[in-house]
Amino acid sequence: MSKNLNLTLHVWRQKGQSDVGGFETYKAPDISEHMSFLEMLDVVNERLLADGKEPIAFDSDCREGICGMCGLVINGVPHGPNSATTTCQLHMRHFNDGDEISIEPWRAHAFPVLRDLVVDRAAFDRIIQAGGYVSVNAGAAPEANGLPVPKPDAEKAMDAAACIGCGACVAACPNASAMLFVAAKAAHLGLLPQGQVERYERVKKMVAQMDAEGFGHCTNHYECMAACPKEISVEFIARLNRDLIRATVVEKELEEKTGGAG
Amino acid sequence: MAIKLESNAPSGPIETRWDRHRFGMKLVNPANRRKYKIIVVGTGLAGGAGAASLGEMGYNVLSFCYQDSPRRAHSIAAQGGINAAKNYKNDGDSIYRLFYDTVKGGDFRARESNVHRLAQLSVNIIDQCVAQGVPFAREYGGLLDNRSFGGAQVSRTFYARGQTGQQLLLGAYQALARQIEAGTVKSFPRTEMMDLIVVDGVARGIVTRDMVSGKVEAHLADAVVLATGGYGNVFFLSTNAKGCNTTAIWRAHRKGALFANPCFTQIHPTCIPAAGDYQSKLTLMSESLRNDGRVWVPKNAADCTKDPAEIAEKDRDYYLERIYPSFGNLVPRDIASRRAKMVCDEGRGVGPELDGVRRGVYLDFRDAIKRLGEAKIRERYGNLFDMYERITGENPYKVPMRIYPATHYTMGGLWVDYNLMTTIPGCFAAGEANFSDHGANRLGASALMQGLADGYFVLPYVLGNYLASAKLDKVDESHIEVKKAVADVEERIEKLLGIGGERTPDSFHRELGNIIWNNCGMARNGKGLEAALEKIPALREEFWKNLKVTGTGESLNQTLEKAGRLADFMELGELMCRDALARDESCGCHYREEHVTEEGEAARNDQDYQYVAAWEYTGDVSKPTLHKEPLEFEYVKPVQRSYK
Repeated sequence: MSKNLNLTLHVWRQKGQSDVGGFETYKAPDISEHMSFLEMLDVVNERLLADGKEPIAFDSDCREGICGMCGLVINGVPHGPNSATTTCQLHMRHFNDGDEISIEPWRAHAFPVLRDLVVDRAAFDRIIQAGGYVSVNAGAAPEANGLPVPKPDAEKAMDAAACIGCGACVAACPNASAMLFVAAKAAHLGLLPQGQVERYERVKKMVAQMDAEGFGHCTNHYECMAACPKEISVEFIARLNRDLIRATVVEKELEEKTGGAG
Repeated sequence: MAIKLESNAPSGPIETRWDRHRFGMKLVNPANRRKYKIIVVGTGLAGGAGAASLGEMGYNVLSFCYQDSPRRAHSIAAQGGINAAKNYKNDGDSIYRLFYDTVKGGDFRARESNVHRLAQLSVNIIDQCVAQGVPFAREYGGLLDNRSFGGAQVSRTFYARGQTGQQLLLGAYQALARQIEAGTVKSFPRTEMMDLIVVDGVARGIVTRDMVSGKVEAHLADAVVLATGGYGNVFFLSTNAKGCNTTAIWRAHRKGALFANPCFTQIHPTCIPAAGDYQSKLTLMSESLRNDGRVWVPKNAADCTKDPAEIAEKDRDYYLERIYPSFGNLVPRDIASRRAKMVCDEGRGVGPELDGVRRGVYLDFRDAIKRLGEAKIRERYGNLFDMYERITGENPYKVPMRIYPATHYTMGGLWVDYNLMTTIPGCFAAGEANFSDHGANRLGASALMQGLADGYFVLPYVLGNYLASAKLDKVDESHIEVKKAVADVEERIEKLLGIGGERTPDSFHRELGNIIWNNCGMARNGKGLEAALEKIPALREEFWKNLKVTGTGESLNQTLEKAGRLADFMELGELMCRDALARDESCGCHYREEHVTEEGEAARNDQDYQYVAAWEYTGDVSKPTLHKEPLEFEYVKPVQRSYK
């Protein structure tokens, strides 16, 4: 039989980017254990609205764990207590009657708060724009089976490509580093033959953009991997570092070859 | 307004129609392209791929999406796969067979020329995506793998685990990111289209609202592409993302674009059943699960509350395998959905009882696990099984999944000609936002195919052709039509904020969704539709009198966003019911209980209804005018669909 929970929420409220913000406490009685965490917030918001108050702003879209739009820090943990689970797929059966729950937005210099629990993650887009792609125009592609890809490589690339760009890795990192995000994209493309031509250039550009956005450095805490709802492995960070070193060497060799004559 | 629906579809041998049509198109010289500005609304497969491709060609593109990043458009949630007539399996596939299957699967309510073009382009899509680095599933030899999907007897579906939509969208998003970096595309995330700007009968721009600052402004261009997806959220509960809405295409409709076949909405057979009245959306489980899962319910209603493991083989009714021996569990979506509804309505459904009915059937992997081993099943569907367990708290490796149909996709949309142009010159519609390729029922793995075909390979040609032939005067912000469009949007926002009533947008939306689900859902009849046509206008009237929205328009205000979208759903919902009532036949998803064959299938009436129903807005939402585009079938002879 399903049971209902009575909860107390401590929610971060902030009117806008320049507002200081702070916690507000809300009672959330009568919450079904089968609700998702966001459905619980929907119910709280409907009650706030009925009282003429402004509902809590939070991002969500697909609500099936794939779009990467949702993301709350729940009791200090990005996406909450369950591993491999986005906030939208976290269900209330993992909480207990009488629980106090704190709910905060991602906290990172590069992700400014726009309102309440909504943050601006455009920095991620700019990192991809810096080089997170294979340069191929529509119409220019060769026959798909012309270039076989070993199954293990394709599988590993897919492991990295599963990143949903939610930003939990940044929120979990004590340095607010975006290394896991960058490493996942670099590995996805760098593991496939189609991505080889631009492999080192790509890594250099993406890392430079990451630094320019104000993300911190990676000091191997591995909190990112623990928080990642898609379980992206930190081994990709090691790979990124290797590619970055090689990229610097390749650049040097190129400079020597061309002699800088221009 | 006298409207003549001219499909501009080419004639002659179908195999060469697109090629001949392309050759006849006007071109824009590469050096001149940057002088043309094109607005693309939506960044899913059609919009993202379209904006990227137009940018690559050198056009000046403005790309808009309501999400915080173009990477999040709802195409990302498509799980199962994408069809292409590559015939890598040597099992008899061909462009012609994919064309044939799609026309038949759509129950003969799509345009042959468009469908053939789609089948033809399907092979280019796979090439393009592989070159971008989409990590499709592969065989041990390194070549691409395929799986089977509903409505086909060949294996032609390419996939990337259960995240095909995500990987294809990331491919398009990355191509778009490359163009943003190159400066050909300017991106406007968290920006919602509020209206279309039409000057002298031609689309010249859009009015948008910045969802963070609330700023309302006009963006002007030489052409506008709407790739804003479907309107399944009219039901409130659907598999769509929460933000999916009809506003862009509905506003275009009100400005003169005809809306085609609005009642053609697809109900997906394999979704996780609703658990309670707080339910905010329904989650789809990929149709690919039907490859290995067997659908059944107990033979006896008395067994419905038993542990399924205790129900003996002889007491199980594998009803799809029983009724449709040759397609079995892989019958098309409309048929699978209706049969699930029928067995549940008979009282043989399983799972929790809501409003007196158990709405669920089993999708059982016991036999597949026995045959292939748990590891193989995990490899094929691991993430779907995990997702099911997260939501329901049940382990599908041990206990059969429970599934029930849910609204998933809308075949209807803006009427477009063969060039994807709506009845407003300069306003194009691509992907799910148009009506064009799927007729009355879409086959699985065909939405991704259509989105990318439109985006990568159709829009680049048809836009060039339009821009090279159109004579466009200069229009700026001071033009009276532009000022008026902006003022109308501002006034509408003020109105929504100022009603000062008692009911929340969600409460109205749930009520609207219930009316439509009950009367214009998996089964429809004249009486129910007439009742809905009484209820919806009344609800809409209450909405404009008793809506409650807090906050202001000059800030991030999600209640206001919901209210604005719902106002348009309230109007569209009525048109859907009107369309369903006017189409007095059954076809594909449109199952009129008055028109059923002896075997319980949809009974078409080709004599009277072999047409596209395109509705014109007349100024009164309740009095639209019906225009008909007759459909001709030169190649695929209309027959009663049979999957037995």
